[in-house]
Parts: sequence; structure tokens; C-alpha cells
Amino acid sequence: MKKTFRFSGTGGQGLITAGIILAEAGLLDGQNAVQSQSYGPEARGGSSKAEVILADEPIHFARVTRPDTLLVMSQEAADKFARDCGPESLVITDSLFVQRVEGSGARRVDLPITRTANEACGKTLFANIVALGAVAGLTQCVSKEALKKAVLDRVPKGTEAANEKALEAGYTLAEKARQSA
Amino acid sequence: MARVLLMQGNQAVVEGAIAAGVRFYGGYPITPSTEIAEGMAKRLPQVGGKFMQTEDEIAGIAAVTGASLGGVIAMTATSGPGFSLKQEMLGFACSAEIPCLVVDVQRVGPSTGQPTSPSQGDVMQTRWGTHGDHWIIALSPASVPECFDLTRRAVALSETYRCPVILLMDEVVGHLRERIDLPDNYDDLPVVRRKVPAGAPEDYLAYQAKDGSLVAPMAPFGSGYRWHVTGLVHDETGFPKGTPAATVAQQDRLRKKLTDHLDDIVTVEEYRLDDAELAIVAFGGAARTAYDAIDLARAKGIRAGLFRPVTIWPFAEKEIRALAAKVRGILVHELNCGQYVREVERAVQGRVPVLAYSKYDNESATPEDLLAEIENAMKGGAGK
Repeated sequence: MKKTFRFSGTGGQGLITAGIILAEAGLLDGQNAVQSQSYGPEARGGSSKAEVILADEPIHFARVTRPDTLLVMSQEAADKFARDCGPESLVITDSLFVQRVEGSGARRVDLPITRTANEACGKTLFANIVALGAVAGLTQCVSKEALKKAVLDRVPKGTEAANEKALEAGYTLAEKARQSA
Repeated sequence: MARVLLMQGNQAVVEGAIAAGVRFYGGYPITPSTEIAEGMAKRLPQVGGKFMQTEDEIAGIAAVTGASLGGVIAMTATSGPGFSLKQEMLGFACSAEIPCLVVDVQRVGPSTGQPTSPSQGDVMQTRWGTHGDHWIIALSPASVPECFDLTRRAVALSETYRCPVILLMDEVVGHLRERIDLPDNYDDLPVVRRKVPAGAPEDYLAYQAKDGSLVAPMAPFGSGYRWHVTGLVHDETGFPKGTPAATVAQQDRLRKKLTDHLDDIVTVEEYRLDDAELAIVAFGGAARTAYDAIDLARAKGIRAGLFRPVTIWPFAEKEIRALAAKVRGILVHELNCGQYVREVERAVQGRVPVLAYSKYDNESATPEDLLAEIENAMKGGAGK
């Protein structure tokens, strides 16, 4: 069983960190995991994507061509990557940045990810962790215990409580979306 | 005890280097190799080593050869543009027989090219980048665990044969994060070090190999053994010698010290090759595509298999000839306009068709891309 993820948006949103955390959570759950990325020469502001594959079997080709789950945190990313999805894909959009998702026929779940980060933790900086909670809540791709441990292992000291809060807020967003679906 | 970690290929090179006994790094950071410099800067002081960020890539490898002459296992890392700059000192290290590890995490070239995009365009630069006849070893990892293992192997070969060794990487593997199981500490891992002289300092000749070996013991500078280091053709004393016989003697020994030990130096990996009609030849990041493409081909009833050179140089000549004797066609997939395929063609000598799938558009081929090439190859000469 192979599950593929692409997190896309703008450099500086923490999407590569989110990808690393998801892959680490996969390893904690005993799955195989790879994470790869692509980015332009800029440090911030350019388009950014991180890809993760979780599987029980060995993973060779590490790039994602048809994501099972696509997270989009900018309109540019939606325009660029939605067409890679199929009808079986799940597209999670951040309602603050993404208006249109065209061309995939995929199921779309629109969530106030960045707004929730700001409300729950006081900073939009935590949007990547909110997004991780939402992705895990909607797909059940990793256990909550593993994801929490992976988040706390990776984030800077002193920010653990805020990140835990962000993760919980993401799971809550997912739960609400499931109930209203 | 092993630690299960998610680690980037470049970081695994750092850990492999620390485990291999590397205690000096000199270099200048460059994408997509920068994490190696960053990691060594952090790790070397923890183990009593030294990290030096130099003003440019030339000074970096110059410092590395100096450290190595001082008896320290030393390395640098770079990408294409920096690798070009290092070529002069690489030739010096070949001639003066100074062990060192040079990691080249390739990017699209020539010149500054595409800094963040994958390429395998330095295959021939690795072999022939420095001028003049010379012999070199290059290894190419295809996974994060292999980055750790081959960095250790590269250092061991460099120390054993007293020559520079290139770890030829690509962005696909350098920036990939995947599972690696690392020992808690590296104390139990063997460290291979160069032979040092045992006799009296006044009897020491730095380039005199004894006991049938072609590799002379190497005394660290400052240990009381005096010797002369030069890039000019030299005799056993290390001092320049301008005779035809001296040139032939030096060239023959530098070549034979590697070509007499090909069974030790050259390693290849095979995947589903036993009953294959079509062999895919691929290495490094391109091989990762090949494993999946071969599985897809097998599911369609096509008997394809992978021949993966782990040692890129010296070329796996004997192994490729044996491959040509058992398959009906060979398809070489590499992320460049076709470099390694020339060597394969030369070795195969027309016994079976040799086809190339060269990709040079900033992206890895997908398994589906390569499957289409496999199907075309089977429809053409390789399937008949």
C-alpha cells in the first residue's frame, strides 16, 4: 500500500518541514518513507513543493507524479499542480490563498488553515503544522501519536506547546470537514 | 544499537565521512552539495577535526591535499562549477599520489547551469576533467544508506591506493530524505588508513613500492621522514626526473596500481537480471527510476533487468562484456545527453544493440517514461 503526498505553496510557508515531519511520523509508525522537494534558487517567495511517499514496500522512485493527497497553500500552486490529480485524489486548500481549483475532478476540502494558525497560536507561522494535522486527520495516513512525536522532535525548543496546539487545531479542522461532508 | 533516522543523502555523506575517519574538510559551499559543508562544519569539531571554509573551490582542495600530506584523512565537496575549478589540484593529487575524497553533487551544466536541478552531466568530467593521462576512482550512490556506505568505501579506496576518489552524486540522491539505520557510535566500524613507512627515515623513498605492491608507504609531513612533493614527473625519490623511462615508469605504476585491482575496486549491482532479455544500465538517481520501470515492464511480461554500476570509474568493462553475452539488448538511461553510454558501446563492440535514453530537462524520468523507452527498445532491435 503506497500513499503519495504533495505539499505545495510558497517558499517560507514551512512546507518542506511539514513534509519531513510527515515522513518521520511514517517511520515512527514502521512504514517506509521518502521525502523529496523542489524549489527555485530563492530562499523565500518562490514556489515550493515537498513530496512524501509512505509505503509498506521499498520505495525507489521518490518523486510524486499523481498525488493521492495534494495540499495547496497558494493560488499559483493550485494552478500548477491540481491537473496532476485524478478523481481519486484529495485536494486540501487553504481558503486564505486559494480561490479556484480547476481541471482535476478531485475531491476538494477547503480549510481555513492559515487563519486557524493565527487564531489558535497567534502566528501564521504555524500554518504548516495546522496543515499537517488536517492532512493526517483527513487521510489517517499516520497515527496521531507518531505525528505528535515527530512534530515535537523537529520544532525549535520553546515552541512545543504552540506547535501541539496547532496540530490539534488541524485535527479539529479535519473532524469538522468530515462531519459536514 | 542502531538509530532509525530520516536523513538526507548529503547528511549521510557527512556521517559516512565521520565514520570513515575524515578529520579535515576544506571547501566552498555550492548547491546542491551545501548540506555536506554545513554538516561537516557542525560534526568535525565534535570529533576533534577541523573545518575550513576557503575563499574558493581551488583553495578548498589545496587545503585538503595539504591536510592529507600531513597525515589526516581529508575531503571536500562541491558541484559542477566548483568541480571544474578543482581539476588542477586533482591532477596534482593523482601525480603526487595524495589520497583525498572529492564529492561532486552534480547539477545541470555547463557553467552555473541550473543550480537546483538534477543532472548526471559530470560523468566524463569525473574521468577526464584534469589534463593528461591519469587514472581515477569514482563511485555513485543510489540511496541514502548507500551515501553513508560509499563515502566510507571511497575513503578506504583512496587510502589504500593513494589516489583521489570521487563520490559522484546527483541532486536526486543528495537531497532525498529516506530511512537509514545508523550505529549509535562509529567506534566499531573499521577505518582504513594509508600505509606508513616502518624503516629508518634516512632510508625512506616516498615513491618506492616494495613487496610486489604498487603503492608506496606515505609518511605524514612532520614525522621525521623527509620527501619531496611535485606534479612534475618524478622518480622514487620524489624529485623531478626528465627521462622517457621515468615518464613510462610513473604512468605505468599509476595505471597498474588501479587496473591490477579491478576486482577490489569495481562493484556493480543487479536487479531482476537473471533471465532478462533487456538490460537497463543506470546509476545514481537514474537507477531509482529504473527499479520501478523494470517492475512495470515485468508486470507486462517484458523480461527487463537492471545493471547498476556502483563504481563508475574504472569502467566495469569485464562486467559489461559479460552482460552483452547474456542479454539481447542494452538500454542506458542517464540524466545527461549521453556520456556513460559511449563507454558501454565501446565495451559491447556491437555484440548487441546499445540504446540510449538520455534525459536532460531538469527532471528525473518517471518510471512510466522509462517503461515507454523499454517498450520501444523491445519493439526494435532488442526484442528480436
